[in-house]
Amino acid sequence: MMPKTPLSFTLNGSETALFVDPGANLLDTLRRGAGDLTPKLGCAQGTCGACTVLIDGEPHLSCLTLAETVEGRDIATTGGLADGPDLHPLQQAFMEGFAAQCGFCTAGMLMAAKALLDRRPNPSRDEVIEAIGGNLCRCTGYEPIVDAILTAAARMQGRSA
Amino acid sequence: MYSFELVRPKSLAEALSALKEEDAQALGGGQTLIPTLKQRLAQPSKLVSLSAIDEIKGVCVDDDGRLCIGGGTTHGEIVASAGDYPALVSLASRIGDPAVRNRGTIGGSIANNDPSACYPAACLASNATICTDHREIPADEFFQGMFMTALEEGEIVTEVRFPVPQKANYQKFAQPASRFPLVGVFVARFSDGVRVAITGASEGGVFRWTEAEEALSDNFSPEAIEGLTASADGLITDLHGSAAYRAHLIKVLTGRAVKAAA
Repeated sequence: MMPKTPLSFTLNGSETALFVDPGANLLDTLRRGAGDLTPKLGCAQGTCGACTVLIDGEPHLSCLTLAETVEGRDIATTGGLADGPDLHPLQQAFMEGFAAQCGFCTAGMLMAAKALLDRRPNPSRDEVIEAIGGNLCRCTGYEPIVDAILTAAARMQGRSA
Repeated sequence: MYSFELVRPKSLAEALSALKEEDAQALGGGQTLIPTLKQRLAQPSKLVSLSAIDEIKGVCVDDDGRLCIGGGTTHGEIVASAGDYPALVSLASRIGDPAVRNRGTIGGSIANNDPSACYPAACLASNATICTDHREIPADEFFQGMFMTALEEGEIVTEVRFPVPQKANYQKFAQPASRFPLVGVFVARFSDGVRVAITGASEGGVFRWTEAEEALSDNFSPEAIEGLTASADGLITDLHGSAAYRAHLIKVLTGRAVKAAA
């Protein structure tokens, strides 16, 4: 049995240090190691996008990311979106717009959307569709999700949606 | 995942040394290899991640005007910094989805040589040179068949050098779920002729459509290929499309690429 490897990174602003098994992926490390259950294990093959997290602000599939490659990096998950009791504008818009039904894709959708809005605060509808192009949803038909992201963008810009 | 050793060398020399070990495997962005490991279709005991090697990353233009892209450069970085070759940027911007583009690398893609990958078409049509740790390989010799390349065991793609064409365009008929091309056609016009490379279509991987190249070198217009028929021999038949359908797409997309480039 190979020894565990020490690993440290920033998770939603907090310094995190733990030990990982050789070959561990980032998703397992976040869920089982760091106890952040917000990124979801869907297909485990890099197809569904439910495990999307931000690494240094860019969306990555945590199920296809080896944990040891994020040493010293900045990881953001849905677990860090809300500010205390105050939901992030994306979460608020998803909730109000019924952009989640079963909710399994939601965490990945939110992070893909956050990466977009951080980079392009005022995206077009096509840009939103492209940004969540790697995130599968089997419930909503996507339109409420796209609407919610555009609503959140407008609110964050101080515009009415 | 099963357990394996992961090393993250910071230099090419260290990576080459690590890859000398039997059963060691180079890891680019992992967007193909990691799912392959998860399915136990490969089980190397040691992975050598190339993602910390700065000397094989980045985009520049050499003295001959060629666009040189480090093998460890991600698709997203190419979109951001390969503006000297717009058709290549357009191709890279349509690979997979944002998360895939943030991790997947050009070196990993061409070393894997998936028969439906996009970059091999760009390399072949552009007459690119694939540079490895110890030699330079013309694209015409590099791609040797489905998942087959000229690479030897433990050889690393360090750079891809693209001559920039006068005009170029990539047309992709995408399978909407995976965004891999059912057929992808890259047309590149140089002062001394036109090259047309087809991906996604053949059981032998990427190939050049030489009849179209000859016709387009004489007359670079969609009409020049109207009389041609792409052969369905050896083309892929799967649930997304038959060989005959793919053959039809080759001609249609070549025409569209020429029209868009002209």
